Amino acid sequence: MEYIPLNFPFLAAALLVGVSFYIMIFKRNLIKLIMGIAILASGVNLFLVSLGYRAGGNAPIYTDVPEGPMVLPVPQALTLTSIVINVAVLALMLTMVIHIYRHTGSLDSEKSRKMKG
Amino acid sequence: MIESPSGFWGPVVWIIAAIVALLIAYFIQRRGEKAYKKGVQSETFLMGNPKLSEGETHVRAHNIYWGFFEGLKKYYVPTITAHTGIINDHLIWLIASIAIVIIILFVVGGI
Amino acid sequence: MDKLLTHSPILIIVIPLVVAFLTPLIGRAGGKARNVLVVASLAFVEFLVIILARDIYLNGIHIYTLGAASPELTLPGGAMVPIRIILEVDAMSIFMGIIWATVSLTAAIYSISHMASETGQNRFYALLLLMVAGTFGMMFAGDLFNLFVFLEIASISGAALIAFRTRFADAVEGGFKYIVISAVAGLIFLFGVGLLYAQYNSLNIGFLANAMQYSTLDKIALTLFLVALTIKTGMVPLHMWYPDSYTVAPANITAMLVITSHACMYAVFRVCFTLYGITLDPATVGWIVIIIGLLTMFVGVTMAVFQTDVMRFMSYHAISQMGYMWLGVGVGLAVLGNPGALATYGRAAISGGIFHILNHAMYKPLLFMTAGALYHRTSTRDLNKMGGLGHNMKFTLILYIIGTLSIAGIPPLNGFASKFLIYESVYQFNPILAVIAMLVSIITLASFTKAFQSAFTGPQLPEYKDVKEVPKSMLIGMGILAAGIIFTSIFPGLVLERIVYPATDALINQGAYINAIMGGGTP
Repeated sequence: MEYIPLNFPFLAAALLVGVSFYIMIFKRNLIKLIMGIAILASGVNLFLVSLGYRAGGNAPIYTDVPEGPMVLPVPQALTLTSIVINVAVLALMLTMVIHIYRHTGSLDSEKSRKMKG
Repeated sequence: MIESPSGFWGPVVWIIAAIVALLIAYFIQRRGEKAYKKGVQSETFLMGNPKLSEGETHVRAHNIYWGFFEGLKKYYVPTITAHTGIINDHLIWLIASIAIVIIILFVVGGI
Repeated sequence: MDKLLTHSPILIIVIPLVVAFLTPLIGRAGGKARNVLVVASLAFVEFLVIILARDIYLNGIHIYTLGAASPELTLPGGAMVPIRIILEVDAMSIFMGIIWATVSLTAAIYSISHMASETGQNRFYALLLLMVAGTFGMMFAGDLFNLFVFLEIASISGAALIAFRTRFADAVEGGFKYIVISAVAGLIFLFGVGLLYAQYNSLNIGFLANAMQYSTLDKIALTLFLVALTIKTGMVPLHMWYPDSYTVAPANITAMLVITSHACMYAVFRVCFTLYGITLDPATVGWIVIIIGLLTMFVGVTMAVFQTDVMRFMSYHAISQMGYMWLGVGVGLAVLGNPGALATYGRAAISGGIFHILNHAMYKPLLFMTAGALYHRTSTRDLNKMGGLGHNMKFTLILYIIGTLSIAGIPPLNGFASKFLIYESVYQFNPILAVIAMLVSIITLASFTKAFQSAFTGPQLPEYKDVKEVPKSMLIGMGILAAGIIFTSIFPGLVLERIVYPATDALINQGAYINAIMGGGTP
């Protein structure tokens, strides 16, 4: 356990955000684009939770608390709100992709567009 | 009336001046040609050409300002091809803008 | 009455939210009952906004702490850090609030007849009220995370409203692009909020402004905020989703969405002027804002001349006019560290930009609604197919002419008053900026003349022989905005003194914003 550096969660969050940028730029399938946005949401949520961590900390509950520092509770609240908002956004995006598929018969972002210029 | 760093603008005076100018123009028009019959003398003079239908004489929207677009072709063709409508291209612009603004802020301001 | 005034910030946000959930229930009793409920609730919200505005102009910043013993108690028991969710309404917020209350009331009246033939109208009005609540929350928020939450509420309901007419393929595509861009922008904004929280351990804008040192992570957070809100506002080079989404929405929804993107622009000003203030590099960030404004003006209007779809044409003009606001406020931001220049022309430049927000919010919804009126009667948006409609639709013609003269900046209308302020003050900063702004104004007039000729003038075409004027409720909606334009044209000094200069001073004066929170009393 001592060999993992303390900023490992931040590196993981940056890696997730980087993977999601790659997906959003290079993948043409609309479903893959939505998955890329979900991975971006996971990366940002991981970043928010891990910035509240204090080394050797306990859960921020006051009942029967052992000695030592507590992790910050506010980023946990922010992350919960963000997860709920992203669920709603992903559901809306998937509904619209269903309608786009019914109208144009294709899930490619270049072949299913009707407006340009 | 509003003030600006080097001038002022008062709309009420402008409107009064415009009304006076329009009144003068109206009175000049009233002294005009008395033998004018409305509708008869403003028909189009066709010189024996065939009379086209209304749909054909109306100039359509994509033909207006043709000369302007031809003259600025060097600017218009790249700009219009850049507006592709593909969602991936919109996101490329977003990520590129983040990178450019970070580079500008760090180069000019120092880390 | 006094209690109503003290609690008005939260009532303005909560009333549309609650009525949005009541609307499908009341809608079972019939369409008329639901329409009356929606318009009555929006009229009550407008009344609350007006009494709150009067109080702010007399007494200063209005704080509302949710859940405290008294609404002004931000630091209870002598604490050093403000706790609880705080809504802070200063003159700039209530300026945007007045605009939004009026435009949403107008759009709701317009939609009574515009959407009369659609099914699912209960859900339409519920989504409309949700969008009203979300945008009000964005304007009144006193901390960054609530700004994010209300931004997402407004985006989700806006996207659902754009894609409302799912029988059209391009409507769903426009809604999809809107929600993808909003989701990515919101997540990038949240990343920036996380960066600031990690350093200063607080989310409150007043507290962060007090504690801000411009470290490396703060610079990255500023970039993330700026770019995420820029793409939501629709500035070049991040504007390409904007015409696709705003063309296909119902016309009054586009009018409301324009004001929502103004609210995102208000969030940019809040971040640059109040959150960072003097500590950021005013010259660098100011020039970035000015360059974005110039590019937006120029690319917006040159692409607009080219269009043949009337709603797409209006969307590109909306992009171009927002460049004027960024240009004015950017010049003010660039001289923020220089008190002499700020007093001479910086304050006038910011006032010109803010006055242009007010004028734009009056003539742009009017123009979108006239385009919607054309679509309502001829069932097409293509300018190539229209012609000679001025013979039948006389009121729409007059309203279109008022809108055109206003957007092109022709005296005596109000567009000229705000552009005059911008030209005169920007010229003293750098003459080239004023020259480009005037050129863009000329091309704007040219393009509106083109649309006027295609749609309204010319001989009456046989296929449009029995096109009638639009229904009364659409005319009433458009007439309210036209009356506002004419009032602002004849008395620009009154509007400037009462509404715009307080907003400018509230933006420049970061200290008052901080003091309202940090000096907020112990019991």
